[in-house]
Amino acid sequence: MSLLVEEIMTLLARDSQGTINQRSRVSRYVDVGFKWLTGFFAIAVGLTLLAIALQVANQSWPAIREFGLSFLTSGTWNPVADQYGAWPAIYGTLVSSFLALLMALPIGVGVALFLSEDFLPSRIQQPLVFLIELLAAIPSVVYGLWGIFVLIPLLSKLGLWLHQNLGWVPFFSTPPRGPGMYVASVILAIMILPIIAAISRDALVAVPSELRQAAYGLGATRWETILKVILPSAFSGIVGGTMLGLGRALGETMAVTMVIGNANTVSPSIFSPATTIASLLANQFAEASGLQISSLMYTALILFGLTLIVNILAEVLVRTMRQRL
Amino acid sequence: MAVPPSPSPQFSPRSLMRSPTSPRTLFSTAMTGLVFLAAAIALLPLVAVLAYVMLNGADRLSLDLFTQLPPPPLVKGGGFGNAIIGTLLTVGIGAAISIPAGILGAIFLSEFARDTALASWVDFLNNVLSGVPSIVVGVFAYSIVVLTTGTFSALAGGVALAVLMLPIIVRTAAESLESVPNETRQAAVGLGATQFQTVTRVVLPAAIPAILTGVMLSVARAAGETAPLIFTALFSQFWVNGLMQPTPTLSVLIFNYAITPYKNQQELAWAGSLVLVALVLVASILARWITGRRP
Repeated sequence: MSLLVEEIMTLLARDSQGTINQRSRVSRYVDVGFKWLTGFFAIAVGLTLLAIALQVANQSWPAIREFGLSFLTSGTWNPVADQYGAWPAIYGTLVSSFLALLMALPIGVGVALFLSEDFLPSRIQQPLVFLIELLAAIPSVVYGLWGIFVLIPLLSKLGLWLHQNLGWVPFFSTPPRGPGMYVASVILAIMILPIIAAISRDALVAVPSELRQAAYGLGATRWETILKVILPSAFSGIVGGTMLGLGRALGETMAVTMVIGNANTVSPSIFSPATTIASLLANQFAEASGLQISSLMYTALILFGLTLIVNILAEVLVRTMRQRL
Repeated sequence: MAVPPSPSPQFSPRSLMRSPTSPRTLFSTAMTGLVFLAAAIALLPLVAVLAYVMLNGADRLSLDLFTQLPPPPLVKGGGFGNAIIGTLLTVGIGAAISIPAGILGAIFLSEFARDTALASWVDFLNNVLSGVPSIVVGVFAYSIVVLTTGTFSALAGGVALAVLMLPIIVRTAAESLESVPNETRQAAVGLGATQFQTVTRVVLPAAIPAILTGVMLSVARAAGETAPLIFTALFSQFWVNGLMQPTPTLSVLIFNYAITPYKNQQELAWAGSLVLVALVLVASILARWITGRRP
């Protein structure tokens, strides 16, 4: 930290020296003042993250003191008895994100390959890239509305069939009753797919074309080249994009809240309603008070920690990819 | 793939062709089919969402929608004029905080601290900040604004949106400032401009179109954000008449009305979605047009 401070000082002190005509004092003050002003805002941007962490941790302190680490494993959420535990929400967050990744990763990488290899002339490729970007721009609440009225009726039919025919598998053991984990994970998959596709595409485009030419020259087919040469060299970028997608899935709120059913239960069946940390917050925060607020802050802190780890990993991976360009 | 005929006499040209039925070729063809399928699956939800939003939202599109208050359950008609104003207000507050702060911060990163460890750290923290879930940002805004002022308000919602917009603006502004060629800076300094003049009169104007793109995309994203508003701006059935009271927004209206059993309110939710999606589409297309025009 002190190194950083030193650096700031030298940066701000670095001023023009040995000029022919001395500039007026005012103009030099303006320059230095401007530098300080912009520096202040740059550092404020960096500190915002810290401020969020400290503020949320501070507010959740009463709940941390009351429940400690057993908060993570307890399944009760009872505002009447003032007893709180976050396990169902943590479970729902992790499982829905994992299922979403399972669906979005193969399709996302497929899309990235489709839009980076020469399957299409670039005149068609560019608009398609734009369309995939649009998928990421649609507001989460609109996906939720669409999920309620279109996706739930559609998926519960499919789910019913799975339950009737494969009901002995624990994942399909309960009949679908509208909202549930399965709808939430499909919506999440749709929402993180463009992130995975975009970052993976960047990584694939960055693979040096010599590698591709060499593989073709050795007689490899298109897909031998892709699977054995191109994908392995783009690996860190694809993992980075996947992590970014995971981070988004963990914290996604509105669409999930609207289709997951918001039941504070843990069930192996993907058809049963569940909850996530984000949807717990969305449902209860506005009406909560006292220890409940503090417990909700505690869950927010857990979510913040989870996404922070995932995002830092993603950022490091994507950075190494960009540096190799 | 066209294979040129082999000039060497001991190979017949055919020996360089792959048999279309060899397992290697078949595998390649099958995989190509799979990625086409993946692209089709990825585009399907986009088409479906856009189609449903347009079909269901267009029914209610009229002037009333933008000038009237939301109806109580079981009453016909009405609109979401108050929510439009609330969205403009909260996004306006967010923009008023984040645009100047973000651009000034980006100027430091690009003009005064480029390639330093400090810039690298701020850039890193900024990227991580953009990954913080919007609901956590809502919790943050709740604890610093709602708890201190004692009321849900447009200001609290605006602060939450500002935190969400900030990283997008910083990143796009820093990128566009960095892409201004160094020659222009040298020319300005050579003509005797001070650093302040160089940045404000030469570098910043050159980067403005690209910065605008980032600003527009962040505004469109903020207008669609719901999670950070449900417990900062909250909601209200009435017109907005002040910064320090619960404020309705379009996105929260969609959320509230999507989960009611009343047909009229559900229709309003679809119409609201149409307005939001149209806003996002226009912003994205404009942004692409602006960046596409640049040499």
